[in-house]
Amino acid sequence: MTLRGTCRQIDDVAIVDFSGKITLGEGSATLRQTVRDLVGQGQRKILLNLGDVDYIDSSGIGELVGAYTTVRGASGELKLMQLTKRVRDLIQITRLFTVFDVQSDEAAAINAFAKK
Amino acid sequence: MAASNQRLEVTLDTQLESVDLAENIVTRVAQEAGFGEDELHRLGMAVREGVINAYNYGNCQDKRKKIHLAVEFEPETMVVHIVDEGCGFELSDVEDPLAEENLLRTSGRGIFLMRAFMDDLAVRKGPTGGADLVMFKKLPHADSGNGNSQAR
Repeated sequence: MTLRGTCRQIDDVAIVDFSGKITLGEGSATLRQTVRDLVGQGQRKILLNLGDVDYIDSSGIGELVGAYTTVRGASGELKLMQLTKRVRDLIQITRLFTVFDVQSDEAAAINAFAKK
Repeated sequence: MAASNQRLEVTLDTQLESVDLAENIVTRVAQEAGFGEDELHRLGMAVREGVINAYNYGNCQDKRKKIHLAVEFEPETMVVHIVDEGCGFELSDVEDPLAEENLLRTSGRGIFLMRAFMDDLAVRKGPTGGADLVMFKKLPHADSGNGNSQAR
């Protein structure tokens, strides 16, 4: 399985629960299209749950960055939550903790949106 | 596929499926060499990034071209070669993905990740002028201090 995403809504926050791998090809494309669709639907607070994503390559990292800029370009916010250790390590070494707002759990993430 | 006691060579098609295939081949070889789970993951990631590089930038997704993968063992080191049939490049020309102005780029992290996951990385000229990405990983027993260690 490459990547599967399930969307749900809590108040004005769209949450996407991803599972699988975000890698070059189908996985990266799924992430890209999911976020674009949400933005196209008018969603401006998007939370990506990566708790079941155990593998990501540079293409996947690139798509996360692309998702961030897409949402930001629409005057929205994109946050990440529940990174697995391997994904967390990649975000760490690529300095993307300075870009992404990463939350440990859903409640904290939703509160982080609400504070603005 | 040709193999000797010390060298395994595989010719891959320039297609997305070759990325997973190369990663699987190298991690299986590395597992036989005694690498643990974390190191297998790092090796696999590095090979993955190398083949992506060859697929996207070296061979420009041209299906007529091939990607040449080789794994060899020196007494204390596993060496992986990923050779494309492009025009080659210089490591010094690769921009730093950690620089502030590059953080929001959606590409350009492959070489950085290969360096992060392997003990050393070099780019040489391949036999047809493409890039030969050479990655080095110290074998697990090489850290034991046993002067009699030998590569498989």
